[in-house]
Amino acid sequence: MAKISSLEELRKIRNDAKESMKTRSGNAKVRVFASMGTVGIAGGAREALKAMIDELEKRNFHDVEIVEGGSMGLDKEEPIIRIERDGFETTYGKVTPDMARQIVAQHIINGQMISEWVIARNEK
Amino acid sequence: MKELSLNILDILENSIHAGATNIVLSIEEDTKEKDRLFFSIQDNGKGMDSDFLKTVFDPFTTTSTTKKVGLGLPLLKAEAEMAGGGASITSEVGKGTFVSFWFQHSHWDRPPMGDIAGTVLLLFMVHSTVDFFYTHRVNEYSFSVSTKQLKEVFDDVPLHHPSAVKGIQEYLTTSIQKLHGGKNGQD
Repeated sequence: MAKISSLEELRKIRNDAKESMKTRSGNAKVRVFASMGTVGIAGGAREALKAMIDELEKRNFHDVEIVEGGSMGLDKEEPIIRIERDGFETTYGKVTPDMARQIVAQHIINGQMISEWVIARNEK
Repeated sequence: MKELSLNILDILENSIHAGATNIVLSIEEDTKEKDRLFFSIQDNGKGMDSDFLKTVFDPFTTTSTTKKVGLGLPLLKAEAEMAGGGASITSEVGKGTFVSFWFQHSHWDRPPMGDIAGTVLLLFMVHSTVDFFYTHRVNEYSFSVSTKQLKEVFDDVPLHHPSAVKGIQEYLTTSIQKLHGGKNGQD
């Protein structure tokens, strides 16, 4: 991506993004909850989320909403990322940036959960 | 925490959990005359009463119901003091909290600032309902941006839209690099 050094240049991005949104209707198909407590942050939640956004952008997948999920009290498993898709809530633990990218490709976009990393799953 | 930017993210999250709708993060780096790195966070959250305030730098103080220790502020204060600096906090119930930390910029023991663009980005993206104002000065250069400005630019495109996030990230990274005279802002 070209360097963006002004709000004017950001406005162009907005116009492109607006175009991509025209095809979408209603609520986002996938919701991502990131746990952003002290432990999550110290454990690398920021890096995992950044990797996730980067991958979503690369794959041009916009039907997703990233929100804060709060701490689950499972500090040992931080950073934790919960995915809400197709009526299921799936929780991944100890998410590294590389794992985050794979979760985007397989689970968020294609709906295939990566069972070996899942620490909890329940119907919504 | 390895980087000050992570401590800052932690404090910002605390502000949000205290119900803040308005947060100002201000970072001032003076590498010349004062040789000082200063940052402060001001919020309009629920605030703390004077008794609680006296104990916030005590590691056994926390509002968490799931654990008995809260190490965020006390450890950061210790790090600041080790690096020729200090910490201060003022707060008023119902009004908000102002917390600040300062370090000798060139001190061996000062933790690196790290990825401050990443911290600020997450605030804009994950908490777009909070009015967040970020201002950063390095010697004579300064940069600031707010949720309000970004919302104006993006209009009906939400700030968490991946293209928006990517654009904001580029904007922050470029602007922060410029503050450091075009050098990488990661220290």
